[in-house]
Amino acid sequence: MATDTGQPAQRRRRASLLTAALLAPASFWYLFLLVIPIALVAIYSVGERGEDGGYLPGFTGANYQIVFDRPAPFILSLELAIIGTVLCAIVAFPLAYFIATRVTKRKAILIILLVIPFWTSFLIRTIAWLTILGPRGIGGFVSDLTGQDIQILGTPAAVLLGIVYNYLPLMVFPLFVTLERLDRTLLEASKDLGAARWPTFRQVTLPIVWPGLITGSILVFIPLMGEYVIPSILGRGKVFLIGNVLQLDFLSSRDWPAGSAKAVVLIVIMLVSITFYLWITNRGRRGREVSVL
Amino acid sequence: MSAIASSGKAAVAPAPKPSKTARDRTSAAVEFFFRAEALLVYVFLFLPIVIVVVFSFNGTSRNVENWQGVSLRWYQAALADSSIQKALWNSATIALINGILATTFGTMAALGLQRVHSRFRLAFDALTYISIIIPEIVIALASLILFATFRDIANPILATVQIGPGKPFHIQLGQWSIIAAHVLFNTSLVLLLVRARLSGMDRTLVEASGDLFATPWRTFRQITFPQLLPAIVAGFLLAFTFSFDDYVITSFVSGPGSQTLPLYIYGQTKQGITPLTNAVAALMLVLTLGVLLGGQYLINRQGRRSGLGDDNPIGLPTA
Repeated sequence: MATDTGQPAQRRRRASLLTAALLAPASFWYLFLLVIPIALVAIYSVGERGEDGGYLPGFTGANYQIVFDRPAPFILSLELAIIGTVLCAIVAFPLAYFIATRVTKRKAILIILLVIPFWTSFLIRTIAWLTILGPRGIGGFVSDLTGQDIQILGTPAAVLLGIVYNYLPLMVFPLFVTLERLDRTLLEASKDLGAARWPTFRQVTLPIVWPGLITGSILVFIPLMGEYVIPSILGRGKVFLIGNVLQLDFLSSRDWPAGSAKAVVLIVIMLVSITFYLWITNRGRRGREVSVL
Repeated sequence: MSAIASSGKAAVAPAPKPSKTARDRTSAAVEFFFRAEALLVYVFLFLPIVIVVVFSFNGTSRNVENWQGVSLRWYQAALADSSIQKALWNSATIALINGILATTFGTMAALGLQRVHSRFRLAFDALTYISIIIPEIVIALASLILFATFRDIANPILATVQIGPGKPFHIQLGQWSIIAAHVLFNTSLVLLLVRARLSGMDRTLVEASGDLFATPWRTFRQITFPQLLPAIVAGFLLAFTFSFDDYVITSFVSGPGSQTLPLYIYGQTKQGITPLTNAVAALMLVLTLGVLLGGQYLINRQGRRSGLGDDNPIGLPTA
């Protein structure tokens, strides 16, 4: 109790020392393993490649030139990320609605069943599809059926399947949270006022789940842009995304400045697309609110 | 279900009609669609897991798709393989140290953030969310650049310092760099979990404890900490399993002799799936799921005993 009667200034200083101590480790990690590394990526991206794959200080735009000369992986990544996000939303919405409208106990079970695969090894679950889609699995079955040699592995379709499979829960969870808050009486009211199913969905349900849909889309889209395990396993090296290019630059050809420039472009694409997306969705929403009034 | 739905509707309707209305029929159809979709999605989600586990018991000598009776031979082979043993040991060590560090740092930060200005908190939060949402590969390559730069600066200096006999100390990427990179993401994860718990905590107990002249430390130990415990344990479990399962970051910042199980398994798939790979994969699934479900069980039991409610802390930290 001695400190309680002690000088307030001293007590304040001790309190702020404690605050600093509590925040120190996390701040250290954020600074040294997030801020500084990303700054280093930016610095490397204008540097030159050393003789044995290292980095030579420099200031050149050549690494960025490569990106614009060979934009194919970026375009394909963007395409697959957009299609993957839309597919996730289409598959996730009915499921989230189904879970949200169950009784509490069943709801908990259904959510746990969704969490379990999500927290089991991403790598192993993706590898399992090799057996399922492979020549002795569905791929072979389809080939036998049609009499043609049909490969599912190594196509963008296989990669998309892996994407929906792995990212689906990230879309279901935020949708579920908003749908659970959906006041059922609003739907009843809309029905009583003679609105059909589709107008009710569009004018009542959709505006309410909108934030969940936006959160889910961002949670799926951003990590998806950098995905490289799924394309390298299910794409069999034939579906070449940004992640695969980065992996090659950093671990195989060891051209770190070139890889860094691509990483910077990836970060910029993500920032731009999210800003654009939020702008579009907000605008669309405002427009609809006006029309409802 | 459709019968219940339509009878419920009939009770509400002023005059029950003998035949179902078009609306009832669509209701039933929509409900059926939702059910079928949910069932399909759950099959879709669990099918690969079941396949891995089932095929790991395959008694075949080589080809994974040829089913030749149930056998444990591949489990025996996996456990006897010295590179698998080494990888398992590496994975477990990395996951454990990462889990302890991230849980400590994340919990400390969650407590510390309550005590600072909102402007600082906003900046801190921005970094927390960035570290979670940014594609893993960006974190991975940025960490690789950092560690390699550090190594290239430190090694020439270390080479000039001769402590004792033998070769001078030499820094290589390895377990330490994997742990350091994993701790970043996991600290953020624990921070969000613990903070969610903190914000839902009953403040009156803390105030009562202060009114009863408990020291801040004692209040923390006896009031705050027990209430935060479920979130802290959940944070540890998630950090542990993330680290144990991680491939992307680990593949970038690993060094000689620090191969983990996911790196081993990924390497094996280059030559096609063997029953051995499936057995190792199934062992990994059992280990991570066991840790998560066991932890969840402990949290629930603890929650019931102390009457602190049994929420589901293995839910996502988002939302």
